[in-house]
Amino acid sequence: MNSILFIVFLPLLAAVVAGLVNKSAPSVFAKSITTGALFISCALSWPIFLSFVSGSAEASVVPVLTWVQSGALSFDWALRVDTLTAVMLVVITTVSALVHLYSWGYMEEDPDQPRFFAYLSLFTFAMLMLVTADNLVQMFFGWEGVGLASYLLIGFWFKKPSANAAAIKAFVVNRVGDLGFMLGIFGTFWVFGTVSIPEILEAAPGMSGATIGFLGLRVHTMDVLCILLFIGAMGKSAQLGLHTWLPDAMEGPTPVSALIHAATMVTAGVFMVCRLSPMFETAPVALGMVTFIGAATCIFAATVGTTQWDIKRVIAYSTCSQLGYMFFAAGVGAYGAAMFHLFTHAFFKALLFLGAGSVIHAMHHEQDMRYYGNLRKHIPLTFWAMMAGTLAITGVGIYHLGAGFAGFWSKDAILEVAYGRGTELGNFAFWMGTLAALLTSFYSWRLMFLTFWGKPRWIESEHIQHSVHKTPEEAGEDTTGGYHPHESPLSMLIPLGVLSVGAVLAGQVFAPTFLDDAAFWGQSIFYNEDLIHRMHAVPYLVKYAAFIVMLIGLFVAWLAYIKDTSIPGKAAEQLGPVYRFFYNKWYFDELYHYLFVVPAFWLGRQFWKLGDIGTIDRFGPNGVAWVIEKGSVGAKKFQTGYLYSYALVMLLGLVAAVTWVLF
Amino acid sequence: MEFPILSLMLAVPLVAAIACLFLNAPAARMVALFATLIDLALGILLWLNYDIGGAQWQFTERAQLFAGFQYALGIDGIALMLIMLSVFLMPICILASWDSITKRVGEYMAAFLLMEVLMIGVFAAQDLFLFYIFFEAGLIPMYLIIGVWGGDNRIYASYKFFLYTLLGSVLMLIAMLWMVDEAGTSDIPTLMQYNFPVGAQLWLWLAFFASFAVKMPMWPVHTWLPDAHVQAPTAGSVILAGVLLKLGGYGFIRFSLPMFPDASADLAWLVFALSMVAVIYTSLVALVQQDMKKLIAYSSVAHMAIVTVGLFAFNVQGLEGAMMVMLGHGLVSGALFLCVGVIYDRLHTREIARYGGLSINMPKYALFFLLFTMASVGLPGTSNFVGEFLALAGIYEVSTFVTLVCTTGIILGAAYMLYLYRRVAFGEQKNADAAAMTDLNAREWAMLAPIAAAVLWMGVYPESFLAPMRQDIAALETRLASVAPRYDSALDEGTPRATAANYVEYEGHEEGEH
Repeated sequence: MNSILFIVFLPLLAAVVAGLVNKSAPSVFAKSITTGALFISCALSWPIFLSFVSGSAEASVVPVLTWVQSGALSFDWALRVDTLTAVMLVVITTVSALVHLYSWGYMEEDPDQPRFFAYLSLFTFAMLMLVTADNLVQMFFGWEGVGLASYLLIGFWFKKPSANAAAIKAFVVNRVGDLGFMLGIFGTFWVFGTVSIPEILEAAPGMSGATIGFLGLRVHTMDVLCILLFIGAMGKSAQLGLHTWLPDAMEGPTPVSALIHAATMVTAGVFMVCRLSPMFETAPVALGMVTFIGAATCIFAATVGTTQWDIKRVIAYSTCSQLGYMFFAAGVGAYGAAMFHLFTHAFFKALLFLGAGSVIHAMHHEQDMRYYGNLRKHIPLTFWAMMAGTLAITGVGIYHLGAGFAGFWSKDAILEVAYGRGTELGNFAFWMGTLAALLTSFYSWRLMFLTFWGKPRWIESEHIQHSVHKTPEEAGEDTTGGYHPHESPLSMLIPLGVLSVGAVLAGQVFAPTFLDDAAFWGQSIFYNEDLIHRMHAVPYLVKYAAFIVMLIGLFVAWLAYIKDTSIPGKAAEQLGPVYRFFYNKWYFDELYHYLFVVPAFWLGRQFWKLGDIGTIDRFGPNGVAWVIEKGSVGAKKFQTGYLYSYALVMLLGLVAAVTWVLF
Repeated sequence: MEFPILSLMLAVPLVAAIACLFLNAPAARMVALFATLIDLALGILLWLNYDIGGAQWQFTERAQLFAGFQYALGIDGIALMLIMLSVFLMPICILASWDSITKRVGEYMAAFLLMEVLMIGVFAAQDLFLFYIFFEAGLIPMYLIIGVWGGDNRIYASYKFFLYTLLGSVLMLIAMLWMVDEAGTSDIPTLMQYNFPVGAQLWLWLAFFASFAVKMPMWPVHTWLPDAHVQAPTAGSVILAGVLLKLGGYGFIRFSLPMFPDASADLAWLVFALSMVAVIYTSLVALVQQDMKKLIAYSSVAHMAIVTVGLFAFNVQGLEGAMMVMLGHGLVSGALFLCVGVIYDRLHTREIARYGGLSINMPKYALFFLLFTMASVGLPGTSNFVGEFLALAGIYEVSTFVTLVCTTGIILGAAYMLYLYRRVAFGEQKNADAAAMTDLNAREWAMLAPIAAAVLWMGVYPESFLAPMRQDIAALETRLASVAPRYDSALDEGTPRATAANYVEYEGHEEGEH
């Protein structure tokens, strides 16, 4: 029996059992069964990954069940395990298991815990189906499955209107991407006659010169297919244009944000591009688009992140920005670097989210950083975990010492490879990425300083006021309001500890494997050896660029949020329009609202009232009814009831008929 | 002669229908349930004995009546699947009417049983006129169900329903008379192979189209459907959405495509145009509905448009996809109407705003409703995905533009269904009476659980349903092959590029120092 079957289906089984039993057993039952399943999956996943690292494993496919056979179009349920899958397996099961454990503490007081844990496990199952897919349609199954779980978990607190709105938004915006994904699958099927990923990848180079009709135009086959598929990736990975759902998704409980909206689901787009990398390498225009969108998202999200006050939203925009790095790495051909950043990011971003959750937990559900301050001394363990995450995301590390935190290894590699690629788009991505690294450092340290340093500003928070039953006036000088933040329980601290280790060491340990080991990747991605050589040969200034901008960002944040706290207000005032533009997320939500939502409802009402009722019914059935009604008034006159008039009509009819027949 | 199982399937509900007319309410309910369950059992027997890959027409029965008119029954895989759908939904309909129908119960059950006779008959008929009789007679019980047991505005709705559907039928009858005269037979399998003059095909096609487009319903002759659904009792809606709407698609696949292939190819543009309008138009209309049943009715029109584009793709994927959408939609929209019925029975309103927060007091109901909502949205793993995916994949070969427009249905579908679900099941419990409603009882479980199982079965292992139809679809594709339209997505193979897009040359061969 193959362990991959257990890895994938145990979470499903746990989800179904926990969901069906729901509240008919104590919630500890659902919690134990789901968490247990995930720890087993995790324990089974690491040996697979390590066997790929050591080079002793080979790619394999475990068939499960026939799915669809329709003419030439056939696809089955099957579980593929190769290097790329193995990397995703450990990321997904590790973070998921830790998030399950963390939720024991975080969701302690929630009455709907069985439902929550069932959703979490269901999500994990769908994500595992996605990464083990051997054909595009099963990937789409996982793709939609994680979308469903994300929808359910964002809307977990379904009494809140904002949570419901965010859940629907997430699903519908993702569906826009899915439109591209589906068209991409259709096109791929008609071009290659199959949806099997290995077969497509094998045949792709032979199609690199072909053209195809699309919407009446003749275009390069591989470019149009890859762009369509990439639109799907943009939706799932919240890239510029289809990113609007991700910040709103923070309405979900914080463990969900860590698992789904940071470590795993949102990286599915990057995974897809890497999985199909030999196909994308036949599509230069599509790769250009991937690079450009990635770089643009990277800088866009970073600018927004610098202005937000909600601790989770800052991290959400940071996620969006980091995904941009992964995409432009893939766009310039460094799929290994993209996957490496995905890998390290999963650890430090999950850590940051869970750390934020711990802060929120300590601060009585307050999420606004303006009401934090000085928490370093009250929740020291959470503080040190967040510190590890911040050092990792800002990329602290020194090239010549060969030492650094996780983000240093992966982010620097991406910036170097973008520079080393030597094209204009590559340079564009490098500069955007470097600028974004500066902003990343700034907003990450801003978050740290506002939360853990400075004076406590707790009493201004409504949540804290509720807790201590005081208004700011009553509290007077004591800005803590007498509130005592409490360190989180062990179930939350253990995941923080484990992830901290990952955030510190994951880069150092795995960098040689992910970046330089062509044998490790095997056939699972397109590995560009020459490009990696050029990456290592970039000038020292490029190698130190990320570190230098990190120091600048740290310094500016220190200046503005510790040295002289009046600076941010003044800066916002001075920069008025720019600040508001960033603060309002470049007005994407407003734009889409007036461009799509309002017209859709308006058109719907017009079609209904003016189209269906006003035109079709009016001139259709109601019109016929009107004609019949008027006509029957006339017909009534013929129905006199006198026998002789009927006889006359019959006679006339007979004469007419005879005349017709005879002549 | 083999055992006349099809005739038996017609006879059982017919006898039960007559019996119901003379029975009191509790007895009529039991008889109706029993008869429909027997038919379900017979249906399963039929499926098990159906020889996949065997003769095209199986279980045939023939009896000459008068003037060339014959009583001829027989099924292929396509008919088998639709008969299965009918006999599967029927006992559920009887259960759905168990408590909610209190007046004239005997007549009501008789009408439903008669409906079952006619539905099975229409799919099993092998004679053109026999088909016509079943096809048109089906209107009468439905007309009565809406007109007698319907809502407040039932007369208008039943009148509209009848007027629309009858209008198309007259033209179809005239066309049938001409066809029998021309071909010299009313035998459907023979007619399916008969090559009508290309000039005449156009008129015949249009005459049939008038009837099938209304039944489907296609835009713009769809406006009877929302009214009929809103006014019909729950079970009436289930059978209307579940089976009656499939008559149009069945008509296309059995008559229009095989009998008039040239006209079908020539007029495919018309079908595409109307279907594209329908997807966008009715989806947007569904978005702004305040009445649950109207919303689901409009969504049905949008889903049926996927069926029509799939059928006129002229390839295996399109045809099989269209059939799977019909089966999937039959289950899912039926189930959604049952879900509406469950809460309508408790609160007696279909207005969406009167509900809210049902996940709190009716968690099991919310779970079923969620499953069917997701199936309606076409989530992979549910029945509708397989159909929609295949149908849209099929049409991609013919026209990328049609595919693009029709695939936007997955976005709009998600919008209106999730918006509905949010207003019904999520949010605060703002209405005290809605908050006091009880969760599903055993009878309602028995209605919804089998459909849920079927929806998942069809989504995970559709092979059970595709296999019986495979040979018939292939035969139809062969028949259509000569007229299949030119592709706008045709591929021109050029010279492959020698290198990958991100090909770079590395000059320095010394190892970089990282």
